[in-house]
Amino acid sequence: MSGAVSGQSAAIEVRAVEKRFGNVSIIRDLNLSVAQGERHAIIGPNGAGKSTTFNLISGHIKPTSGEVKLNGEVISGLRPFEINRRGLSRSFQVTNVFARMSVWENVRCAVLWATGHRYAFWKNVDSLPEVRERTAKILDDIHLMHRRDVPAGLLTYAEQRELEIGITIASGATVVMLDEPTAGMSNAETERAVALIRRLTEGKTLVIVEHDMSVVFGLADRISVLVYGHIIASGTPEEIRRDPKVKEAYLGEEAH
Amino acid sequence: MTLTSTSKPAGDGLRFYGVWLLGIAALIVLPMIFSSGGSLTSFSLIGIAIVFALSYNILLGQTGLLSFGHAVHYGLGGFAACHMMNAVVAHKWPIPLPFIPLFGGLGGLVFAIVIGWVMTKRAGTVFAMISLGIGELVASSSLILRSVFGGEAGITTDRTALPKMFGWSFGPQLQVYYLIAFWLVLSAIAMYALTRTPLGRISNAVRDNPERVQFIGYDPHVVRYLAFCFAGFFAGVAGGLAAINFEIANSAYLGAIQSGLVLFSTFIGGTAYFFGPILGAILVTYLQLGLTSLTSVWQLYFGIIFIGIVMFSPGGIAGLLMMHRPLVRAGTLRTVIPSYLVAVVPTVALACGVILTIETVARFAGGDVINLLGIGFKPASPTTWISAAVLVVGGGLIARLTWRRIAEAWDRAATVARDRGYLA
Ligand SMILES: Nc1ncnc2c1ncn2[C@@H]1O[C@H](COP(=O)(O)OP(=O)(O)OP(=O)(O)O)[C@@H](O)[C@H]1O
Ligand SMILES: [Mg+2]
Repeated sequence: MSGAVSGQSAAIEVRAVEKRFGNVSIIRDLNLSVAQGERHAIIGPNGAGKSTTFNLISGHIKPTSGEVKLNGEVISGLRPFEINRRGLSRSFQVTNVFARMSVWENVRCAVLWATGHRYAFWKNVDSLPEVRERTAKILDDIHLMHRRDVPAGLLTYAEQRELEIGITIASGATVVMLDEPTAGMSNAETERAVALIRRLTEGKTLVIVEHDMSVVFGLADRISVLVYGHIIASGTPEEIRRDPKVKEAYLGEEAH
Repeated sequence: MTLTSTSKPAGDGLRFYGVWLLGIAALIVLPMIFSSGGSLTSFSLIGIAIVFALSYNILLGQTGLLSFGHAVHYGLGGFAACHMMNAVVAHKWPIPLPFIPLFGGLGGLVFAIVIGWVMTKRAGTVFAMISLGIGELVASSSLILRSVFGGEAGITTDRTALPKMFGWSFGPQLQVYYLIAFWLVLSAIAMYALTRTPLGRISNAVRDNPERVQFIGYDPHVVRYLAFCFAGFFAGVAGGLAAINFEIANSAYLGAIQSGLVLFSTFIGGTAYFFGPILGAILVTYLQLGLTSLTSVWQLYFGIIFIGIVMFSPGGIAGLLMMHRPLVRAGTLRTVIPSYLVAVVPTVALACGVILTIETVARFAGGDVINLLGIGFKPASPTTWISAAVLVVGGGLIARLTWRRIAEAWDRAATVARDRGYLA
């Protein structure tokens, strides 16, 4: 494991990360490696620290100790927007959109930085062709084009979840992290959302938190099992299925 | 499910420019119709108030920043303009008066650049409190730093001493009005254009959800800072216009009352639409000019209006108007109008009762006769008290019934509009 071979470093590398809130350790000695182009699922019981792990990687909160790397570059300690600009985008477990803005504006805002328009105050946002095309494409992808002028806060729950995914992938980030994208959806909606995720993350690195085991085992190349803030197993779906520790700690007690 | 139309009707662009051209035409024609000195002064003040309120809405409506100290930029713009005018005269610089508001803007902008980075680190209560503190700080400093602010008396200037432009001396109020109208149009277009830039849209995103903005690549702090600088600039322009209009800048420009007034105008007009603050500024300036001559307790009425808007129409006048748009489109507005008409009489009666009560209390200890709708009421007479009570109680009870009918008619109309796909 010597020098950094660029292009071959892992998409995400979490090394010995610990997170304490007060004197409670929520994340302990977390090690996680996600290869380029891999679809990686994180599973674990409620309160295991899955969302906290997302927050640590995406810069929402800072690790108490340890290190996070994105494509070989240390990102722990950076602000969320700095990490986002380096090509990592995440969604939220609890829908987190721009409620008073239209669906179109929501997605367009997520396109602006990546297309290089930044804080521009001398350009008309409506006459930027690449922004318009990209926004339209995303809206088509997430099946919300017919709702483009509706304020995001007035969408149905399932629509908001789809918009959440749309905002996350709009920047074209190469590393996409989705926190329970299908939570609260019906079976049919889940199926649709999974097909969507599969298609939209083609050729990208995906980290997904998901409770639905059929989704996890159908989608993921590798799975990590998080229990009490610690990864107890990491491997292919087959390896995870067979792992006795996992059976005992998690899969055994999952009824569905 | 509802289906909102995705393609914009072809007439939209035309209508859009039509509204702006109509506004400009109105500004040109107004002083020809109402040419008395009093109306010219009112129009000038309204023009200044509109620029100021629009600048405030860059913060409140577009970026979600509640400032209690926006007049600081207005005032510093005023002082900058006064000093500039005096310097132009003293050094015989070839800068005519119409360029002076630009220096007012720079005054507001420079202060925003200096103070803004620290102020906009956080939004919400923290920002509101700091803005209050800065406002007090600057207002009190203005009385201490006499060389810059001229102490109690302020800094005076003579706008006619500057080089002429197109042969205009800007002595007559009419010429000053047109100067203000020119800057009003310029500023309004610029501020409207700002809302349609990447920065303008991201400001809206920061307003709605500053946390999420960070995860689409933006630093909300930078966004707030830039918005703050723009707001400071245009407030400075408004202050510069005021300095030209009054030929003076003093500490009252910078103070809490001025800051409160702009918040008040913007909120009453409605922050969610670009034209909201324009309506608010017109109404509040008119009320201010009109009420002060009618009653000594005009601030009380301001307070009642403000509370009424906050409670019953948080979207302000603009919000109230725009609520009707889906109904107009769906063609169901006419089903609501009759209930409005029915409500007018009892509501006016209630309002008269409230006014009579307030004025009776205010003038009880030897005030003048209350003149309401051409009828004279003596504050000390029991007839007046009984009239007030009857109007308040009777008007109030009937008004409540009619309001309920409005709500019902409204619900029916909205349901139809929703079914026809004009309401999400
Ligand atoms: N800011 C915080 N302060 C204190 N405790 C926190 C904080 N954030 C999370 N926790 C705690 O950390 C633990 C892990 O929370 P987390 O949200 O990461 O779990 P999760 O695995 O995502 O669970 P779920 O499946 O319910 O989403 C929980 O016990 C939670 O209460
Ligand atoms: Mg979670």
